[in-house]
Amino acid sequence: MSSGSSLLPIIAILPFLGALVPGLMIRAGRTACATFTAAPTILALVMLGVLAPDVMRGEVIEARIEWLPQLGLSASFFLDGLGLLFAGMILGMGLLITLYARFYLSGEDPMGQFYTYLLLFQGAMLGIVISDNILLLLIFWELTSLTSFLLIGYWKHLPEGRQGARMALAVTGGGGLAMIGGMLILGNIAGSYDLTDILTQGDAIRASEWYLPALILILIGAFTKSAQFPFHFWLPHAMAAPTPVSAYLHSATMVKAGVFLLARMWPVLSGTEAWFYIVSTTGLITMVLGALIAIFKDDLKALLAFSTVSHLGLLTMLLGLGTKFAAVVAVFHIINHLTFKAALFMSAGIVDHEAHTRDIKRLGGLARLMPVTAAIAIVTALSMAGIPLFNGFLSKEMMLDAASETVWAGSHLVVPVLATLGALLSVAYSFRFISHVFLGPVRDDYPSKPHDPPFGMWAAPGFLAVFVLLIGILPATIVGPLVAVAGGAVVGGELPYYSLKIWHGVNAALVMSMIAVAGGLVVLLLHRPLDRLWQAAPRPEAKVIFDALIDASAALSGWVTRNLHNGSISRYLAIFVVATVALGFAAWNGGALAPATRPMLPIPAVVAVGWVLLVVATVLVVTMHRRRFQALVLIGVIGLMVSVGFVYLSAPDLALTQISVETVTIMLLLLALHFLPKHTPLESPLWRRTRDGVIAVGAGVAVTGLAMAFLTRDFSTISDYHLANSYTGGGGTNVVNVILVDFRGYDTYGEIIVLGIAGLTIYALMVSLLTGPAARRLRNTDYSQDRSRDRHPLMMVVATRAMMPIAVVVGIYIFLRGHNQPGGGFIAGLVISIALLMQYMASGFAWTQARQRIQYHAMIGWGVVVAGLTGAGAWLAGKPFLTSAYGYIDLPGIEEFGLGSAFLFDLGVFLTVLGAVMLMLYSLSRIARYAGETVNVEPMDYDPSKRVEAIRNGGE
Amino acid sequence: MELVVASAVGVLTAGGVYLILRLRAFPVILGLALLSYAVNVFLFATGRLAINAPPVLQKYGEATYTDPLPQALVLTAIVISFGMTAVLVMIALGAFIEAGDDQINMTETDEDEPAGKDAAA
Repeated sequence: MSSGSSLLPIIAILPFLGALVPGLMIRAGRTACATFTAAPTILALVMLGVLAPDVMRGEVIEARIEWLPQLGLSASFFLDGLGLLFAGMILGMGLLITLYARFYLSGEDPMGQFYTYLLLFQGAMLGIVISDNILLLLIFWELTSLTSFLLIGYWKHLPEGRQGARMALAVTGGGGLAMIGGMLILGNIAGSYDLTDILTQGDAIRASEWYLPALILILIGAFTKSAQFPFHFWLPHAMAAPTPVSAYLHSATMVKAGVFLLARMWPVLSGTEAWFYIVSTTGLITMVLGALIAIFKDDLKALLAFSTVSHLGLLTMLLGLGTKFAAVVAVFHIINHLTFKAALFMSAGIVDHEAHTRDIKRLGGLARLMPVTAAIAIVTALSMAGIPLFNGFLSKEMMLDAASETVWAGSHLVVPVLATLGALLSVAYSFRFISHVFLGPVRDDYPSKPHDPPFGMWAAPGFLAVFVLLIGILPATIVGPLVAVAGGAVVGGELPYYSLKIWHGVNAALVMSMIAVAGGLVVLLLHRPLDRLWQAAPRPEAKVIFDALIDASAALSGWVTRNLHNGSISRYLAIFVVATVALGFAAWNGGALAPATRPMLPIPAVVAVGWVLLVVATVLVVTMHRRRFQALVLIGVIGLMVSVGFVYLSAPDLALTQISVETVTIMLLLLALHFLPKHTPLESPLWRRTRDGVIAVGAGVAVTGLAMAFLTRDFSTISDYHLANSYTGGGGTNVVNVILVDFRGYDTYGEIIVLGIAGLTIYALMVSLLTGPAARRLRNTDYSQDRSRDRHPLMMVVATRAMMPIAVVVGIYIFLRGHNQPGGGFIAGLVISIALLMQYMASGFAWTQARQRIQYHAMIGWGVVVAGLTGAGAWLAGKPFLTSAYGYIDLPGIEEFGLGSAFLFDLGVFLTVLGAVMLMLYSLSRIARYAGETVNVEPMDYDPSKRVEAIRNGGE
Repeated sequence: MELVVASAVGVLTAGGVYLILRLRAFPVILGLALLSYAVNVFLFATGRLAINAPPVLQKYGEATYTDPLPQALVLTAIVISFGMTAVLVMIALGAFIEAGDDQINMTETDEDEPAGKDAAA
C-alpha cells in the first residue's frame, strides 16, 4: 500500500461534496458558479497528479475502508494504469465541459442545477473506475444511470428530452440490473468481491460452469451502457440533452463505462470462444451499422451520435478479439476517440449556438464565417476519418492491423472486410461533416448569422484539437507511457509488441486504409442518390419498437394487476390461504420429521366436555353465522372455553387476559351490531360455499397436523434464563409479567403504543364519519325498534354502582400483585375498563360521559409517557433504556409487593390499555348519539326513591 | 391432551377461514375473532402443554414451571388482536353507514364510477 492511498477515497468523494455547492453559488453569478464547480474537479485532478507518478511506475494504489465485511462489502478503491487513464479523462473532460457549459447555457437555464447534476455524474463515473469492490462498483454504475437521466432530461420542457432520458434510464438501468446478477455470480466464483482478488483468478473463473451466465449478464450490462447493437438506439435519443452533456456523456464517460468494464474484466473473462464470438461480433455489427446510419443523418448531433455508436463498436470489437495487441490498441483508441469526439460535439454545439440550426441541409460554407470553429472541427473530423497526421489515423491503422489477422469462424475475410467497410463509412460521414457544413459557398438563409463564439467557448474544443495534432504527430512522446501503463493494466502482464508511430511501411493495414479513404470519398460524392435510396428503404425504427415493447409490458402488468387485484377481498384471502397451506405442505414434505418423543398427557373427562363445547360452539357459529346476534353469543362461549383451557394448562395470566378481552370484545361487537344489519343474507351459491368449506377444512387439518407435530416433540427454549433470573434480576416471581415489563420491556412498550394508535385511529375514523355525509344518514335512520323499553333498568344501575368500587379495588389488587402473582397492567387495565363500561351500559352514554373527568386520549398519552420515562430513567443511572431497578415495600395490612421501575412501567401499560379500550368503545357509543339516542338526565329510567318521595310529598 | 388442543386449534382455524371467506363484513370479523383464538392457542402451545406448572416462582421447594415466554407473547397478542378487531369493526361500521351495505368486495359498478358516488352525495 502506498502512502498516497488515503487520497483515493477523498478523490472519490470530492465531486459529491462539490455537488452541494453550485446550487448555492449560482446566487453569486454564473461565472462564480462555474468556478466553484471547477474547484473540486481541479482539486481531484491535482490529487490524481500526486498519485500519478507511482502508478506510472507500475504500482497499484489501494485504499480500503471496511463497511460491511460480513457481506464482503467494503468501500475499497484502487488505482492502476487503466483507472488512472479513465479517472484523468473523466476529470479532465469534466473541467473542459464545465468551462464550455458556462458559455453554452443560456440565461434561462438553471445553471446551478446543471452543475450539480454534472458533478454528481462525474462522481459516479469516477467511482466506477476506481472502485475495488465490485458491489461498490455496481452502486456507482447504477448512479451513473440515474444521474445521466437527470442530465439528459435537463431541458424538462422538451418532450424529446424527457423521452430520451427515460429511454436511456430504462435501457442502461435495465442492463445494470443484469450486470448486478453477473457480478454477484462472478464474486461467488472468485470467493471475493474485490476486483484485485478477482483479477488474479481468471483461470478458475473461465473454468467454472457459471462462467457463461456471468459473462452474458455482465456483457448485457456493458453493451447497454456502451450502446452496442441491439441496445444502440438509446444513445441518439439521448442527444436531446444540452450539447455539453452529449459531449461529456458520449465521448469520455457514460458510454465508455461499458468499454471500461470490458477492459477491466478483460484478464478474467476474455480468451474464450464465447467471449470472442459474442463481443467481437457485436462490436463489428455495431461499428458497421452505426457508421452506415451516421452517413444519412442530417442532424449534426445525430450524425456524431451514430459515429460514437460506431466507434464504441470498434472498441468493443478490439477488446473482443482477445489478443493483447488488440486490447492495447483499444486503450489507445479510447484516448484518441475522446479527444476528437468531444471536440466535435462541442463544435457542433457552437454551430447550433451561433447558426441556430444543426440541420446539415441548412448549413454550408461556415468555414468563412467562423474560421476558428471550422479549423477545430476540420482537424478533429479528419482525425475521426483516420487521415494521417491526426491521432485517429494511428489507432485506426493498428485496428485494421489487428483485424487483418483475425480468423472468424474459419474465414480470414469476414473481419478484415467488415473492419474496412466500417472505416470506409467512417471516412464518408467525417468528410460529409466537413464538406456539407463548413465548405461550399456561404449561404444567406441561416436562421441566425453565424460567427465565431467568444474565446471561452472554443477554448475547450481548441485545446482538444491541439491534442489531436500532438498525438497524431508525436504519439510515442505524448501518450506512449500512458498507453503502456494502461494497456499493461488491461492485459494484466507482459505488453505485446506494438509501436506508436505514423509510418509502419506498406502493410495490409495501409492498403485497407487507402481503400477506406477512397471508398469514403466515392460514397460522399454519391451521397445524394444514396440518401434518396436510404430514405425510401424500409427500415425498423428503434424508438417505435421500444415504445411498443414498453406499452406491451405496461399493458401486461395492467392485465395481471386487474386480474389479481380485482377488488374482491374474498378472492385474495382464498388465494392467500390456499397458497399458505400449499407452501406449508411442500415444506412439510421437504424435510424429514424426527420421531415423536414427548409422551401425551391424559385427557380427563372435564377436558373432553370443554372440547365438545368449544367444537359445538364453533360449528354453530359457522352454520348459523347469518343470524348475527346468536353467533355473537356463541363466540362468547368459545372465548370462555379458551380461557378455561388456559387456566387448565398453567397459564393463569392468559386466562385472565382472555376473559377480560372477551368481555370487552363482545361489548364492542354488540355496539357495532346495533347499527349493522342483524342478519346476513344468503348470497354465495352452493358451489362457493362448498369451495370455501374445502379450503377451510384443508387449512384446519393442516394446522392440526402442524400443532400435533410439534406438540409431540421436545424442543429447546431460552426460557430457562427467564425462569432463573426472574426473581434475582427482575424482582418478581410471576415470570410472565417480568418478561413483559422487564426482559422484553421494549416489545411491550411498542405494543402499548400500537394499542394507543389503534384507539386514536378509531377515534379519528369516528370523527371523520360523523362530520361527513354519513352523519346525515345516521340521523335519518330509525333505530327505535331495536331499543328496549327498559333501557336503563333499575337493577342494573344499582348493581353496577355497587360493583364499581369493588371492581376498582380488584383492579388495583390485580395490578399491584401482578409482578409476583398472575395479574399486571394489561389485565388490570381491562378489568377497570369493564367496570367503567358497565356504567355506560347501565345509565347511558350521555349521562356517564357528563360525569367523566379524564380525557381518554390524555390517558393513552400519559401511559406511553410514563412507560417511556421509566425506561429513560435508566439512562440517569448510566444503564441502557428500560433497565429496571426494584425494591420491596411492606405496607402494613397488605401483602408485600415490589416497587420498582417495573412497577412504574406497568403503570404506563395500565393507563394506555385503559385509555385505549375506553376510547374505542367511547367512539362507537358516540355514533349512537348521532343515531337519535336520547339523553337521559337520570341515571335510570325508573327511580323508585323519587316515587316514594313524590307519594310522601303528595300525601302531606 | 395434545390431540385435544391440536384439534381445537384446527377446528377454530377451519371455522375462521370459512367465515373470512364470506361476503359480508360481520362474518369476516367473527372469522377473524376465531382465527385470533386459533393463532393465540397455537402460539401458546409452542411452549408445550403442562398441567399445574404455572410460571410463578415458588418460594419453598422445587417446582416445575411451564415455558413462560410464549405466554408473555400471547398475552400481548390477545390485547393487540382486540385492538385490531376494534379497528376493523369501526372500518366496517363506517363503510356500512357510508355505503348502505356491508359487502366487503368491490362490485363492478364501484370500479366503473369511482367519482360518481361523491358527486351524487
